[in-house]
Amino acid sequence: MSVLVYAEHDNASLKGVTLNTVAAAQKIGGDIVVLVAGSGCGAAAEAAAKIAGVSKVLVADDAAYAHQLAENVAELVAEVGKGYSHILAPATSIGKNFLPRVAALLDVQMISEISGVVNATTFQRPIYAGNAIATVESTQATNVMTVRGTAFDPVAAEGGSAAVEALTVAKDAGVSSFVGEELAKSDRPELTAAKIVVSGGRGMQNGDNFEMLYKVADKLGAAVGASRAAVDAGFVPNDMQVGQTGKIVAPQLYIAVGISGAIQHLAGMKDSKVIVAINKDEEAPIFQVADYGLVADLFEAVPELEKLV
Amino acid sequence: MKVLVAVKRVVDYNVKVRVAADNSGVDLTNVKMAMNPFCEIAVEEAVRLKEKGVATEIVAVAVGPKEAQEQIRTALALGADRGILVEAADVQPLAVAKLLKAIVDQEKPELVILGKQAIDGDNNQTGQMLAALAGMGQGTFASEVNVADGSVKVTREIDGGLQTVDLKLPAVVTTDLRLNEPRYASLPNIMKAKKKPLDIKSPGDFGVDVSPLVKTLKVEPPAERQAGVKVADVAELVDKLKNEAKVI
Repeated sequence: MSVLVYAEHDNASLKGVTLNTVAAAQKIGGDIVVLVAGSGCGAAAEAAAKIAGVSKVLVADDAAYAHQLAENVAELVAEVGKGYSHILAPATSIGKNFLPRVAALLDVQMISEISGVVNATTFQRPIYAGNAIATVESTQATNVMTVRGTAFDPVAAEGGSAAVEALTVAKDAGVSSFVGEELAKSDRPELTAAKIVVSGGRGMQNGDNFEMLYKVADKLGAAVGASRAAVDAGFVPNDMQVGQTGKIVAPQLYIAVGISGAIQHLAGMKDSKVIVAINKDEEAPIFQVADYGLVADLFEAVPELEKLV
Repeated sequence: MKVLVAVKRVVDYNVKVRVAADNSGVDLTNVKMAMNPFCEIAVEEAVRLKEKGVATEIVAVAVGPKEAQEQIRTALALGADRGILVEAADVQPLAVAKLLKAIVDQEKPELVILGKQAIDGDNNQTGQMLAALAGMGQGTFASEVNVADGSVKVTREIDGGLQTVDLKLPAVVTTDLRLNEPRYASLPNIMKAKKKPLDIKSPGDFGVDVSPLVKTLKVEPPAERQAGVKVADVAELVDKLKNEAKVI
């Protein structure tokens, strides 16, 4: 058995979620090979070689992979991955984008966002916005799967010394090109990697009021998230959304402010270690999952919280 | 320009689903069904392209049980011109993509719009698979779509922000939440939709095998989280977080 793990990185460094994905690969067992595709991604490949438990790192360094365009990356992974029993990628906006293409090119049915490995052919995954967990079995030649990072504890980033092998496969499908990107600039930690997350919901009333949450977050070193209701209402951008249709987070501490606790939101944060809910509605469903609930007007409670932490 | 839009019949998003007693799946008896919300956004985008004069014809396609005709009729009421239903239940994404690919080969649309995922299986695969099988570019998780001069510029929701890609037509687009706000069908349009053409096909018509490749062994409810305690004020909360939970 051999598992190919697609590394997520920014060319200079690996993204933490790669370590969670390698952890899922270890549960499957067998040889673990990491594929780093990018442009000028030597440093990321070096970092991948140090991951504990990795036997080899393959590097595809070409302009065609600079922006992780799905059309190009999928052709590469389908070709490189053919001989492997499993191909894994993190369930991020990159992995979700290109991996189904790989599965189609290999003519296999992909398994999305696994949250558990029972054995090499049996996996668990959430369906219906996390309201049910399916155990599925696949005996296909190659099991192509995205991995929900928060469901697996990361392996150590150091301690390995895998050989690095350069690939000379340049795949440019020629049907897509990168125009540009707008990334939110923030000194706060990334939502899915943060130890503490402070999230606001419809109760915040408008985007300006999120300023209160940013202040608390900065004192706690936390990331700021939002419920789908807050995103739909236009308070904050969609990349802040925590929930089944947004980001899945599992921090040490999750503080839900003015969030009622719709099922789709709970699906994105209920694996957090400690959950705090601040809501003026005593009956809000969020209190059913909160370790600490505070029934209070958030416009009084949040500034006070900022002072006391 | 012809636009193909895919729609799926799923449990209404307001329904709290329950796992069946025998753990074979989710209990769907007497549960309200509806068009998948991301598919509604796909239909809306196609209709807006037609209103702008970019699209000339909209074909709504569904792969699903006989009752999925209702969702195609909804798409027709919203502005699609005709429908195609491939009648087959519980088809997995790869087989759906193969059926859509066969329809794309016949219909030759310039743009195929799908929802990014269906809220039942949460797979998020079909659009990407169709694009791969058809050799097309893909603009997934779209928050903005602009068609011009034989290509389509798609702004995509990615982790940390937005990315814009340029795709040669024909291309596949999958919709994210903020692409648009779907309209409601008016009563006169619902009546008119009943007269629009709807073709019923079977997977065999396209020579596609729809037997499942991944087997569901069991479906269980997720582990329940227990409710904790209520605190009286912010001071008590901070004290608990510092000294009891030790997380700050």
